[in-house]
Amino acid sequence: MSRFPTTTHTPLLWEYAPSRESTDIVEIEDRYGLFIDGEFREPKSGKWFDTVNPATEEKLATVAEAGPKDVDDAVKAARAAFEGPWGRMSPSERAKHVFRIARMIQERSRELAVLEVLDGGKPIKEARDVDLPLVAAHFFYYAGWADKLEYAFPGAKPKPLGVAGQVIPWNFPLLMLAWKVAPALAAGNTVVLKPAETTPLSALLFAQIAAEAGLPPGVVNVVTGAGETGQLVVTHPGVDKVAFTGSTAVGKLIRSQVAGTGKKLTLELGGKAANIIFEDAPLDQAVEGVINGIFFNQGHVCCAGSRLLVEESIHDRFVDKVKRRLQTLRVGDPLDKNTDVGAINSRQQLEKIEELVESGVAEGAEMYQPDCPLPAKGFWFRPTLFTGVSQSHRIAQEEIFGPVLSILTFRTPEEAVEKANNTPYGLSAGVWTSKGSRILWMADRMKAGVVWANTYNKFDPTSPFGGYKESGFGREGGRHGLLPYLDWSE
Amino acid sequence: MRICGPPTGADGHRARYPDPVTIAHAADRSGILPDRITTPTLRTFLRSVPSVDEVGVAERVAALSTRSIKKESKRAALEMIVRMTDLTTLEGKDTPGRVAQLCAKAIRPDPTDPSIPSVAAVCVYPTMVRHAVTATEGTGVKVASVATYFPSGMADTKLKVEETRMVVADGAHEVDMVIDRGAFLAGEYFKVFDEIRRVKEACGEAHLKVILETGELVTLDNVRRASMLAMAAGADFIKTSTGKVSPAATLPVTLVMLEAIRDFHDATGVMVGMKPAGGIRTAKDAIRYLVLFNETLGHPWMTPDLFRFGASSLLNDILMQIRWLDTGRYQSPNYFTKD
Repeated sequence: MSRFPTTTHTPLLWEYAPSRESTDIVEIEDRYGLFIDGEFREPKSGKWFDTVNPATEEKLATVAEAGPKDVDDAVKAARAAFEGPWGRMSPSERAKHVFRIARMIQERSRELAVLEVLDGGKPIKEARDVDLPLVAAHFFYYAGWADKLEYAFPGAKPKPLGVAGQVIPWNFPLLMLAWKVAPALAAGNTVVLKPAETTPLSALLFAQIAAEAGLPPGVVNVVTGAGETGQLVVTHPGVDKVAFTGSTAVGKLIRSQVAGTGKKLTLELGGKAANIIFEDAPLDQAVEGVINGIFFNQGHVCCAGSRLLVEESIHDRFVDKVKRRLQTLRVGDPLDKNTDVGAINSRQQLEKIEELVESGVAEGAEMYQPDCPLPAKGFWFRPTLFTGVSQSHRIAQEEIFGPVLSILTFRTPEEAVEKANNTPYGLSAGVWTSKGSRILWMADRMKAGVVWANTYNKFDPTSPFGGYKESGFGREGGRHGLLPYLDWSE
Repeated sequence: MRICGPPTGADGHRARYPDPVTIAHAADRSGILPDRITTPTLRTFLRSVPSVDEVGVAERVAALSTRSIKKESKRAALEMIVRMTDLTTLEGKDTPGRVAQLCAKAIRPDPTDPSIPSVAAVCVYPTMVRHAVTATEGTGVKVASVATYFPSGMADTKLKVEETRMVVADGAHEVDMVIDRGAFLAGEYFKVFDEIRRVKEACGEAHLKVILETGELVTLDNVRRASMLAMAAGADFIKTSTGKVSPAATLPVTLVMLEAIRDFHDATGVMVGMKPAGGIRTAKDAIRYLVLFNETLGHPWMTPDLFRFGASSLLNDILMQIRWLDTGRYQSPNYFTKD
């Protein structure tokens, strides 16, 4: 109730009208071939597959599926470019090419953002404000290193490796491309890239941009397809370096296949990050950090803060705040500029999320979901949280890769560290406290590649990113991100 | 004397969150308020207020500022903002004539469009209250008066209370007081608390808006604590600024105050209002505040009883935008009356 005894007005209802980003800016072709040696080609495999919009289940385009001969062509084209124009190019000329790509990405960022939304289901707000600015920033950052490699690593004479085979996931199709392609090119390598089968379109548009930027044919090749195509790229004897971002299971397989071949390998795999809230945290900002940590990109984030560890003394109060915030999340049409949570990337992923959420209920955790309406067609899952979760529950152990938060409690900083580290993964973690010394104390003890303090899911091209334990090895971003693409033998 | 509104329905909340905000309640109920509440108890209470992370606040504000408010929701927002405006003139050169003109504008903001509602209130200096009351009589437009030696507040509590009694006697429906920022920054919390309480008592039936003058409190931690202090002392509204200090209202400061209002409601069940004032000049700015409000406190608060804009030049930009939405054309400022 109001303190006013004479409250006269009834509250006014105010809804946001739909504010849909136009899709006119992007032209999607009916069919996309493979991008090999600077041109789009029909696949020698003769196979094709469809890519759909996960928010509507409508088909967007038919895309070629690369077979052994196609991948072989791509690797040969990459090798020829490496030994030819790209390899002979002066580092400063190489830098110009990468800078040009960065600028063209900026210029066409709206088009790329809309395409990313259509093919992947993420909200336009995130594609526009997070993905695309970071993609351009990565190319700008690594372009700057291209002619300064000897200064990046004083005393060393680093050389490019040759052909890099890169397999990327569907959660940030273009950003993961940038994380892999930008350092590879800046270091002087050529690339055979395999985008995920559910989100191939932005990589194909990127291939066009690379060609328009004047990149010599064969420097960047894009071979589309599913896991089998990825395996062909990874196991091809002409590949000198393998970079993979994706699930831990596939990562383990790749590592065994690459073993003994002399290929360099970096893996960026799963995570089950702890987001730790101390009693003295800035609570309302921590709520935002928790929301951003797990519902950003529908939770399809390898470093998502999927385990919330709350100090017991504030558990009820904090969980109530998170629940209330959950109710204000706007779930729906990813093209609406006011949408906070978009569509699940694929039916397969939706089924995986549903299965794990059912296990959470079956194992006795308490589920909470807001009663937001969901569109009739497409792949959707309500933002979900579980309270009363134990370390031994599957939802506290397995990576769900969806908008599902498991809430656990702790009593002391030692217990928080122990629980945070008690997982096969070690990609990221978050600490929320007003006490600076405690942030450092925690960061020292946590086995995680990234520890965010009083924030979450912040990325920057200058900052290395990567995992401990089953979250993989090797770093992307920063000077560290150049290392996997350089030869140190001399 | 009541410190807070009746605590009905809030007991459940309080049992779950033993928050020191309830100091005020507890003391009020046992009737021993003046002795129980001291600077040390208030300091303990304010220490329990969650800290604020400025970077996180800036980020949240930036995210909400990208909300795309178009078409019918923009029209509804603009009309709501008109209804929530405290049309203000606070100048040394104010005269009864100028105040009468302002009142005419408040009652009928757009003479060519009778569908535009009246604003919530006019906000004037104490000596102008009588004139404003006469000019707005029977129209539903309230009269708010700044008081307590606005804008500095550098006067003895007795004088502030006296001034408050005077403006209420002259017919003011609402009183906008300033807190003693010096005392707050010096840690003399009881002085601030007690002064608000006394002014509230002097208000009688009039509503009390407590101006924190956040531009002088500087940190968001101070803003959040001052908000809680003002609400515990009996504020009906908390207000950012006098408009005489820069920066005046900002989105981050407003968000922090809204979060404090939400916490206070959780602890006591009492809904306190919010008034950002000063520096809000365009419809676009005002809509950003409305979004912040809508997504922090939400529907029950979306009424002029609980949300006000303190502004003078904002109104005409709103009218211009409404005209544009209705006709598809922007008109020259010449077509909108100055006051």
